[in-house]
Amino acid sequence: MTKYILKRILYLFLTLFIIASITFFLMKLLPGTPFTNQNRLSHEQLAIVKAQYGLDQPVLIQYLRYMGGLFQGNLGTSFQFNNEPVTQLIGQRLAPSMQIGAQAMIVGTVLGILLGAFAAIRKNTWVDTLATFISILGLSIPSFVLAVLLQFYLAFKWHIYPVALWDNFQSSVLPTLALAALPLGNVARFMRTEMVDVMSSDYIELAKSKGNSSWQVVTKHALRNSLIPVVTIIGPMAVSVMTGSMVVENIFSIPGIGEQFVKSITTNDYPTIMGLTIFYSFLLILVILIVDILYGFIDPRIRLGNGGKE
Amino acid sequence: MEKILDVKNLHVNFATYNGTVQAIRGVDFHLNSGETLAIVGESGSGKSITVRSILQLLAKNSDIPEGQILYHGDDLLQKSDKEMDAIRGDKIAMIFQDPMTSLDPTMPIGKQVAEPLLIHHKVSKKEAMDRAEEVLRLVGIPNPKARMKDYPHQFSGGQRQRIVIAIAIVDYPEILIADEPTTALDVTVQAQIIDLLKELQEKIGTSIIFITHDLGVVAGIADRVAVMYAGKFVEYGTVDEIFYNPQHPYTWGLLDSMPTLDTSEQDHLNSIPGTPPNLLNPPKGDAFAPRNSYAMEIDEEEQPPFFKVSKTHYAATWLLHPDAPKVTPPESIQKRFEKFQALKSGGSVK
Ligand SMILES: Nc1ncnc2c1ncn2[C@@H]1O[C@H](COP(=O)(O)OP(=O)(O)O)[C@@H](O)[C@H]1O
Ligand code: SF4
Ligand SMILES: [Mg+2]
Repeated sequence: MTKYILKRILYLFLTLFIIASITFFLMKLLPGTPFTNQNRLSHEQLAIVKAQYGLDQPVLIQYLRYMGGLFQGNLGTSFQFNNEPVTQLIGQRLAPSMQIGAQAMIVGTVLGILLGAFAAIRKNTWVDTLATFISILGLSIPSFVLAVLLQFYLAFKWHIYPVALWDNFQSSVLPTLALAALPLGNVARFMRTEMVDVMSSDYIELAKSKGNSSWQVVTKHALRNSLIPVVTIIGPMAVSVMTGSMVVENIFSIPGIGEQFVKSITTNDYPTIMGLTIFYSFLLILVILIVDILYGFIDPRIRLGNGGKE
Repeated sequence: MEKILDVKNLHVNFATYNGTVQAIRGVDFHLNSGETLAIVGESGSGKSITVRSILQLLAKNSDIPEGQILYHGDDLLQKSDKEMDAIRGDKIAMIFQDPMTSLDPTMPIGKQVAEPLLIHHKVSKKEAMDRAEEVLRLVGIPNPKARMKDYPHQFSGGQRQRIVIAIAIVDYPEILIADEPTTALDVTVQAQIIDLLKELQEKIGTSIIFITHDLGVVAGIADRVAVMYAGKFVEYGTVDEIFYNPQHPYTWGLLDSMPTLDTSEQDHLNSIPGTPPNLLNPPKGDAFAPRNSYAMEIDEEEQPPFFKVSKTHYAATWLLHPDAPKVTPPESIQKRFEKFQALKSGGSVK
């Protein structure tokens, strides 16, 4: 297992290297320059600024420099935002994004598992119908629509939560809910299908024949086995929460990374775009790695391989 | 001999989109303490449903409109879910057909074997695990102490069935129900599992209901045999009576389709022609009539009652009615009758 994890971490860095290279060259193909909107700069001034950022060098040299910095954990300095180092920019804005992202993933996954499990246990009853209804809602309403609705009713009209503010936990509730809907719907649907399958399997019948009560059969045998495939969708779901977060942060004026990303793309702020892309990729690959490790942890057939069989 | 289980007039229906399937249509049998009763019949005849009714492990669309299942005189069909939980795995345990799918793939096998003890008794985890180890050794898992932590996928099919058996016997059940425990295994392993069951029965004195669609494995394990067809029992008696003095044409068919020492695998076996009736609309007369070359007029009209052949041997066929014409059974069956005569006069059957 340790060897496997080390190998996966090596792959993580390889993947990041490739992603960084591709992004670098793709961005060079973007129309416009970082200073397009600064019309007041004269040609000479522009040349000076470009030289300052190394943009007068051949692309290959720029690339090598950038990658060199990257290896030392340096993502360059932003063209906008007061020439702050990109790492510092990301660092400052990381906390709010991570908080609502993680909260949304946890709330969505846990509630989704519960909802799906109840639907499966009470298959073809009103509980099942209600659960299906909720999960379809969660799946089909885009997070920004939900964000606006929540903001309008719970904040603007009924004053239960702040409209757009970022200070304490209270202010994270609405954005979290808006982002949690999708994972909740997804997990609930997956969980229900899987658990219905598991509940009709032979080992569940054997568990019942041992004298386990219906509740014990679920908690001791059915849940864990149903979770195995659910774990696989956590990775893709983290992706949608991250992308959803960009817009939701804007709606609630949360000083997060998503908001930053949108701003830097509209201003051609190369180092910030690069830095954020690499950072997002890193997060994603990390999530997938964690999910895979979790998967092996839940399913002994993966963890132990097929050794010893027959 | 004490009757520990007495099933009376059991009916089981299933509600389906096409209507009500009458899967079990009035079954009576009993199990004596310490004996092994085999239930044989083609697949689909209702063997599994009959025994699953005992533990009430039936699908949600099932219904038991009539009947009693008396366990020490107590009707199990009247028990609450909680009372049944206390009986399952403690008093009556079950071994399932497919060892590849019967074990929880995500739980170490030691824990799975110990589970019934922890459910039914106030024992510590350590005591339960010690006992699980002992039972795993008893069923022939080598090096059980180390292997308790292993998962099902790390064992072969035969070993997995031994583990399933260990789960069933860990709490010394009074009744062990084995539903085709050897069907999914290859022939050599089959024989080992049957030997194991016999050995365990001697050691822990449990009574066994052994289900199979293969009469061939019955002789090695059973004391009595019940033959099932289309949701009813058609004949029951001791092993000798069923093997050497069979009275029901369906039993004749089963015996003739059974491979013997003289038939090699290439030999064509006479499987019974035709198919069982659709139990959505069970026939009015005898369910076997359409497949029975000895069928008479009455067979289409009325179901035969059980006729007594001996104190332990009954068969439900009109052929045993005093007014029925004498028929000549197939030659192979007549040979069996001859052996039965020899047996009765004190010889041994070879
Ligand atoms: N859940 C169910 N719904 C409808 N019919 C069923 C159900 N379970 C079993 N049956 C029917 O009951 C009959 C007996 O099945 P079973 O007892 O499993 O046969 P076997 O003798 O092979 O063990 C079969 O004809 C089957 O189609
Ligand atoms: S009752 Fe009639 S149809 Fe049924 S087995 Fe006997 S002879 Fe055949
Ligand atoms: Mg069966």
